[in-house]
Amino acid sequence: MRFSRLLAAAIVLLAASASLAQTPTYSNVGRTPTKEEIQAWDISIGPDGKGLPPGQGTSKQGEAIYTAKCATCHGAAGEGGKIGPRLIGGKADLESLTTIRPARTIGGYWPYATTIWDYIHRAMPRNQGGTLKADEVYALTAFILAKSGIIQENDVMDAQSLPKVQMLNRNGFVPQKFSDIPDEKKRGCHEGVCP
Amino acid sequence: MNTKQTDRRRFLKSGAALAGLAVGASTGAGPLAAEPVPERIDELHLYGERSHFVDSVRIGSINNPERHLENEPSAFGLKTPLQDSVGMLTPASLHFIVSHGFDPPDIDPEQHRLLIHGMVDHPLIFTVDELKRLPSVSRFHFIECHGNSSTAGPGGVTRLALNATAQDTHGFTSCSQWTGVPLSLLLKEAGVQKGATWILAEGADPNKHSKSIPLAKAMDDALVAYGQNGEPVRPEQGFPLRLVVPGWQGINNVKWLRRIDLVDEPYMAMMESTKYPTLKLDGKSRWFELELGPKSVITRPSGGHHLSVNGFYEITGLAWSGGGAIRRVEVSTDGGRTWKEAKLQDPVARKAHTRFSISWNWNGEEAVLQSRCTDDQGVVQPSLAELAKLRGADLEYFRTLTANVGDFNAIQPWKVNRDGSIQNALF
Repeated sequence: MRFSRLLAAAIVLLAASASLAQTPTYSNVGRTPTKEEIQAWDISIGPDGKGLPPGQGTSKQGEAIYTAKCATCHGAAGEGGKIGPRLIGGKADLESLTTIRPARTIGGYWPYATTIWDYIHRAMPRNQGGTLKADEVYALTAFILAKSGIIQENDVMDAQSLPKVQMLNRNGFVPQKFSDIPDEKKRGCHEGVCP
Repeated sequence: MNTKQTDRRRFLKSGAALAGLAVGASTGAGPLAAEPVPERIDELHLYGERSHFVDSVRIGSINNPERHLENEPSAFGLKTPLQDSVGMLTPASLHFIVSHGFDPPDIDPEQHRLLIHGMVDHPLIFTVDELKRLPSVSRFHFIECHGNSSTAGPGGVTRLALNATAQDTHGFTSCSQWTGVPLSLLLKEAGVQKGATWILAEGADPNKHSKSIPLAKAMDDALVAYGQNGEPVRPEQGFPLRLVVPGWQGINNVKWLRRIDLVDEPYMAMMESTKYPTLKLDGKSRWFELELGPKSVITRPSGGHHLSVNGFYEITGLAWSGGGAIRRVEVSTDGGRTWKEAKLQDPVARKAHTRFSISWNWNGEEAVLQSRCTDDQGVVQPSLAELAKLRGADLEYFRTLTANVGDFNAIQPWKVNRDGSIQNALF
């Protein structure tokens, strides 16, 4: 009895190690990263908010951070400068998309608010990406959204509220269904040209 | 136009002329004498340099060639001097650069790692040396920015400029022999889980550029490249690792590759969801256009060149397609009334620049030179009018739009004037 139980355990162990040993085709090339290593590098935020960390911020908090860390490049009121593009804009920019002078601002063009958080966090301030704390990134995101007329001044942005923000141009992209994107047929492409 | 910049441009042109571009310029042969030996000869024996008589360089936006050399790096990039090109390979030192205003990082390859994680059975982390131990491939592939040929910037809209050279109009494409590990091999090692449909590739540059790519393409022919034209990938091209995604918009070819995350949806990263979608007339945008259509351009003689005498000239240029190999190139010297089949020079590789050539005798009269290619899927490069029709637009739209027109692969006409000067004749 004892023996057979041990045997069963051994077989399970053997099977497990066999499946592990089978998987790498190339012996001893690369290693398994630690959880901490993955966590430190895994900074991407999905359009549904996947990956957003705890924290929160409002437009008012964002304004002070903006003045200190962003205004040099993007202008005192987010109007854009020599290095940084314009950050503030909304409905008028959305309406410009059918003209010969389209303005692709965050408020008037970007489909997902999560992209604002992701990009500020990874890349801003210029050449100092990754230095802002989560609260600061939420606050700056709220600042841009509020000044662009998309959320209210007092709205709190956090991991729950940010993905729910309805961007003005959210439905301005084709194909709308993600699963249709890599499918040339569903996109109606003809001879390499997709309408 | 700024005079100083115009002078700089003229200088570049005359430099090109010295290098032998102004065909037909003749000087008498002098008596044979020993040529001078370059200084620094010992140094040059260690790592070579081109002759100091050759000064073809990458330049930025039209009418403002110096902007990248003097100012902060800008979002508009530096273009390959295609009008000086020979063969189908671009020297790595002249490969176009678009880094969206960020400088290339200075990465120690010993410290660099590639992480593969997300929806995989076994997350893996590799050193560059470990990647070099794996089975490798070397393949010719072009990389082209989706804004090539339609760039709009502070200097104006390139497609309209009469003085545009092939560099101005088409310089955001370059072709290299890339050496590295097929991405499919690495993904199989990690064991992709059911439900994963996209990869998210990310670089180690200051803005950590990230790009969502459908898993099917990643498994098909994407490459984690450490080599470019027989040496390590250049710093401004992604040293030590670049993801090469053959035939797809340049933005997918993530430089300084550090991380690949297996995911179940496109992550709507900044570039792909806000900068690279193409606006349509109705205000909607096509996003993730991905594959680039068939395209060609005559590189010699082309805009800015000067024919000094009438007589024989070889017309030569480059053709490429994201759909596969180039099957044929036709050339017209009469503004598109008649076409003749050009010769394709070896190698003719899939999703690579292909060099074509055809003989021509210039009779001293006005002529309009243009090329049109067909890829092995049977897709033919469109004329400007055909492209406009495909996009539901008219020529006026392309003329007046102040923005880029993505994936602009229209046939490029060059007008040869009676005085031998050559200009952009797209409009």
